[in-house]
Amino acid sequence: MATQSGIYHQTYASDMQLRPTTMQRVRLVLVAALLVIIPFVVDSSTQRLVNTVVIAAIGAIGLNVLVGYTGQISLGQGAFLAIGAYSCGLLQAYLNVPWPIALLAAAFISALLGGLIGLPSLRLKGLYLAVATLAAQQIVDWVIINWDPIDGEINGRATDALRIPGNALFGNADLRLNNNDTLFYIVAAAILVVVAIATTNLFRTHIGRAFVAIRDQDIAAEVMGVNLHRYKVLAFMVSSFIVGIAGALLALQSTAISFERFSLSVSIEYLAMIIIGGLGTVSGSIYGATFIVVLPEVLRSIGRMLTGTDAASLSEFNRVLPFVQEGVFGVVIVATLIIEPEGIQRIWRNIKDYFRLWPFSY
Amino acid sequence: MTLSRFARPYEVNSPPRRRLVVDHISLSFGGVKALTDVSLQVEPGKIFAIIGPNGAGKTSMLNCICGLYRPQHGHIWYGDTDLVKTAPHRLAHLGIARSFQNIELFNHMTVLDNLMLGRHVHMKKNLLTALLYWGSGQAEEIRHREFVEHVIDLLQIQGIRKQQVGALAYGLQKRVELGRALAVNPGLLLLDEPMAGMNVEEKEDVARYVLDINEEWGITIILIEHDMGVVMDISDTVAVLDFGRCIAVGAPDQVRSDPAVIKAYLGEQE
Ligand SMILES: Nc1ncnc2c1ncn2[C@@H]1O[C@H](COP(=O)(O)OP(=O)(O)OP(=O)(O)O)[C@@H](O)[C@H]1O
Ligand SMILES: [Mg+2]
Repeated sequence: MATQSGIYHQTYASDMQLRPTTMQRVRLVLVAALLVIIPFVVDSSTQRLVNTVVIAAIGAIGLNVLVGYTGQISLGQGAFLAIGAYSCGLLQAYLNVPWPIALLAAAFISALLGGLIGLPSLRLKGLYLAVATLAAQQIVDWVIINWDPIDGEINGRATDALRIPGNALFGNADLRLNNNDTLFYIVAAAILVVVAIATTNLFRTHIGRAFVAIRDQDIAAEVMGVNLHRYKVLAFMVSSFIVGIAGALLALQSTAISFERFSLSVSIEYLAMIIIGGLGTVSGSIYGATFIVVLPEVLRSIGRMLTGTDAASLSEFNRVLPFVQEGVFGVVIVATLIIEPEGIQRIWRNIKDYFRLWPFSY
Repeated sequence: MTLSRFARPYEVNSPPRRRLVVDHISLSFGGVKALTDVSLQVEPGKIFAIIGPNGAGKTSMLNCICGLYRPQHGHIWYGDTDLVKTAPHRLAHLGIARSFQNIELFNHMTVLDNLMLGRHVHMKKNLLTALLYWGSGQAEEIRHREFVEHVIDLLQIQGIRKQQVGALAYGLQKRVELGRALAVNPGLLLLDEPMAGMNVEEKEDVARYVLDINEEWGITIILIEHDMGVVMDISDTVAVLDFGRCIAVGAPDQVRSDPAVIKAYLGEQE
């Protein structure tokens, strides 16, 4: 990687700042501007897609804290999302808790249960831990399907889905999140910004460094004074706090939630996001989430252009779409792992380096 | 900065140096006896070398001190703490730090972050201040950065501060690992073959660092090293392990002429 020259820091404080160069400042301003402009320029279906991207980005950052930064493989992302979503939904449905409080409470409940699910990490490493989190995933799925209070009634029929009332704030129905995509976007995007900044900060301090040290070389970390048990459980808690927020947002976005949205395949989709985007980076989590959420939409529109619009070919198209999607996911993940193990984030850095030195090849 | 390069940087409380007493340690792995009834005494402020042929049990000795291996018999006293019953992550709190025979650095972190991790036990700020990186949380990071910069100056690794450790040359990695241990601000430093695989010049550098650290910072050092020239030059006391037994302890000259030691080393060459 090329390094920018000509910058001299006078104090450690300025050397330790996050965004030292003008280029990076400009990029941040552009991203901020984009975030602000979006709700004014997109139509409502695009807005909904953007909202899904934002939720996924928050969830991916949370998963990355655990997997990318701390090196604890988790197949339980779906379960963590579910805990957030159902905590938030149940608080609203049964206790009439206003959504901002339900959202926050869901995050704390997720952190607590996340810490509990993380306990096996004290004994298990790598794939063994992955299997343990898989067990957690199955248990949570089972609870959702079989526990009565988690069921609901839709159109007078009992179902496995939980209805989310989307409580109006201050008695104002306009302040409900599940019927107002723009309001939802403002809330979710603000949360994403806060989560991204807080996570970045975390990894500038000794706590975040301890996480990364555990990933790179756990025995050395322990000998240098990192209490492995404490920090692994802490990583699970921080991660599931963030993922819990994403889960709660999923509940707040909809009128009902059911277990299909929190299954094992969701866990794998999120792993794909952070692998493709870049393990152990905040921006990579956002790129990866965007890619995985938008890709099916792109495939769908390409498919529409290629096939006709008559009913027969449309239904045929809808039948094969999921397979094409999975196939493309698979190919992209394998390709990323082979070509650029550090993901999109790294590719972006390479391109940037290339242009900074252009036209000289070295 | 008015301090000399080798002066110990100001620290709120410099760690107490205590006597290390290894008391009849025995360690075996299944049928393999790695250590048999070993007793040693390391006086504060001295350089204590452990030598011996390959597989003699030198690294196992350090691992016992660190709590990574648990001997079946015996005690290891550091002051009045029994290290055999101490969790490995408590070591740095007691002021004990080490380097590893096969470099065990945090490969994806920069040199700076590796050294900053050495400051871990001295950093107290909680999760909330970490997330905010504001005020006292930031001040703490900066204060410890100053300490780390001092170590960087001492080991002359200024040029590679911001580089990823995994990409560095072997000799530099060894030096960074020494720096990470120093960043703990230890009273007792355990070095497992810090000069292995280095050329003569690099070895001389490291030997000088070890002497400086010992003299200027007053750190007690336990050193494992195969290069007899270096060992005899810089240590105050030498212990010789052979097949898990301690066959000689004493001043370098005394050990060099010990018949049992000569036999162990000649025996190895045959
Ligand atoms: N974790 C372990 N499991 C099984 N046997 C071990 C283990 N660690 C060490 N041993 C055995 O204990 C003996 C001493 O090994 P140790 O690594 O302490 O030797 P050493 O003196 O450091 O050798 P070297 O000079 O090659 O580093 C060897 O026979 C080794 O095979
Ligand atoms: Mg060894």
